[in-house]
Amino acid sequence: MNGAEFVPLSLTPLLIGIFAAVACALPGNFLLLRRQALIGDAISHVVLPGIVVAFLITGAISAGPMMLGAAGAAIVAVVLIELIRRLGRIEPGAAMGVVFTTMFAGGVLLLEQTDTSTVHLDVEHALYGNLESLIWLDATGWSSLLDPAALRYLPAELPRMALTLLGVGLFIAVFWRALKISTFDEGFARTLGIPTNLLGLALVITAAIAAVAAFDAVGSIIVIAMFICPPAAARMMSNRLEGQVGWSVVFAITSAVFGYVLAGYGPLWLGASDAVSAAGMIATVSGLLLAIAALFGPCRHCAGAPAGV
Amino acid sequence: MIWDALLLQLGYNATLVAIGATLLGVSAGITGTFLFLRKRALVSDAISHATLPGVGLAFLAMVAFGGDGRNLAGLMVGSALSAMAGLWCLNWLTRNTRLAEDAAIGAVLSVFFGFGIVILTVIQTLGVGRQAGLEGFLLGSTAGMLWSDALVIAGGGMATLLLILLLRRPMTLVAFDPEYAAARGIRVSRVDMMMMGLVMAVTVVGLKIVGLILIVALLIIPAVTARFWTERSDLVVLLAGLAGGVSAYLGAAMSASAPNLPTGPIIVLMSFTLFALSLLLAPNRGVLAAVLRHLRFQRQVHLRQGLLAMAQDQVIYEPLTLRLLRRSGLIRADGVATEIGRARAAKALRDEHRWALVRSDQTHEAAAALYDGLREIETVLTPDQIKDIDRRIGGPREVPA
Repeated sequence: MNGAEFVPLSLTPLLIGIFAAVACALPGNFLLLRRQALIGDAISHVVLPGIVVAFLITGAISAGPMMLGAAGAAIVAVVLIELIRRLGRIEPGAAMGVVFTTMFAGGVLLLEQTDTSTVHLDVEHALYGNLESLIWLDATGWSSLLDPAALRYLPAELPRMALTLLGVGLFIAVFWRALKISTFDEGFARTLGIPTNLLGLALVITAAIAAVAAFDAVGSIIVIAMFICPPAAARMMSNRLEGQVGWSVVFAITSAVFGYVLAGYGPLWLGASDAVSAAGMIATVSGLLLAIAALFGPCRHCAGAPAGV
Repeated sequence: MIWDALLLQLGYNATLVAIGATLLGVSAGITGTFLFLRKRALVSDAISHATLPGVGLAFLAMVAFGGDGRNLAGLMVGSALSAMAGLWCLNWLTRNTRLAEDAAIGAVLSVFFGFGIVILTVIQTLGVGRQAGLEGFLLGSTAGMLWSDALVIAGGGMATLLLILLLRRPMTLVAFDPEYAAARGIRVSRVDMMMMGLVMAVTVVGLKIVGLILIVALLIIPAVTARFWTERSDLVVLLAGLAGGVSAYLGAAMSASAPNLPTGPIIVLMSFTLFALSLLLAPNRGVLAAVLRHLRFQRQVHLRQGLLAMAQDQVIYEPLTLRLLRRSGLIRADGVATEIGRARAAKALRDEHRWALVRSDQTHEAAAALYDGLREIETVLTPDQIKDIDRRIGGPREVPA
């Protein structure tokens, strides 16, 4: 694999995949520990109506309004879930199920009702994403990375995803101590003067931003899988939060790289001619990693200490 | 057109789809109730997403053996098998690792779904003829459904419904009170397994109509809807079945009546409409009822406080209290108490004295526990008891004018 082939065709999708995976896995760690793992699932479902509405209002496929629409829908969903939970006194799981299925159904109906078939906006795109098509045709080799002319045509998703990852990373780094304390002992955190409710909301919003950015680039399957699988696998590897977050990043990167390579080249090795869905493959690989961790991870059992200690 | 659809006048196929959808809606509503009461509503999300690889693999297998890949019965068998695998993974993860159930649900649904997408793209690239329509399993599609497909769905819905009827007793017991059920000698884990089996059956039958992403809605929303209306278990189950059936029937009929109305989403939106109406209007648990209850309570408190203030010749500043007193004809517009107002105020103060005695007297302990500042003393004590109390606190006192 030389630079002339790798840089234009594989480098950008690979990087976008890695950034998206890590950006989702980082907040996923805390969501998992707070028993809110399915928030990623809910967010990725409600993003669809947000995008459709944004498209209907602006009439154009452009990143800005779409991201706004998706983020708006995510906020609406969080508020609705909370409202139904409180007003109807319904357990959170069921309230979530009511809201995200209904919003998703509304999104699909809007898509079918309005003639969006002429533009690249459909349900399958929303689910699978189009990681494979985020190529950088103007690159000619490794040297293009230093070539301003070629860099201008870099897929816009790459800098956007990188920025998102940076933002998510910063949020986790800055609030590390507060997040850690309030995740493990909310009462103690409150006595320390940490605004736990606000922090929890900020965490969900950060997760939503990561989900929306990743959704735009790689579709919703990766979003759900990356929120849950790498942190879950990492949970089997370490009893310390630092270790868990570290492992989750490793798992996220591994799934993105292996998944992308397997999707692109796996069928070729097996003699088939076409690639398979990269998003689906990344999710599959993350599941395999989780399975391995669940079978052999040192901290896989419920008891706190690793076996034999 | 919509009336034709509602009255099943749109042809054989549409009629069968509507009947099948209704049966499915009823079974989904009922099954979902047990799941919801067991607080495992989102397990259905994992189960439904886990059907996708099965659909794809069944298609590939049928094509490999030279058959028609789109045979609905075959696809259903495949989806059931992979849903079972997903369920097994879910159970294994929750039981043998430290992962909580929600994390296991998310892991199973995303990984199985992702793998299913991989297989779908394999099928697309294979270029085997007539794979179109397989995507219909994602969101459901009844357009272009074969008559035999509709028959399979109607039959499957009926069979599921029968099974539920047979299993309803133990499932109700386990859903409402697992400990009591265990004490009665019911194997809770086995009943749970049957419940999941039923969820799987409903999912598999509903794949073609509602699609695997939205079938969760049919399992959850009717149950939540029904819960608003009643506290009785058998009624919740019945109402959930009714809500599911009605929304599925209306949705299927509406989507047949016009183009670009996908069946699955319409059915989901129908059932959400029922849910929203219940959330607002249901007696006791509904939002409207709660608001009315609050207003009535507020009125009572203000009137009572107002009367007591009048009786003790205090000035009332609270505008709401003044307004309420005026509207009930207890004070005049200038704030002076009317004849009735003075009588009621005297009575209120006297009741307060009576209550004070009741609460300080050990013999009235049970009645005293009912004191909340609003309850009329006549509803708690007999006239004889009140007479006895009156004797002890002395005759009525004059209220200053």
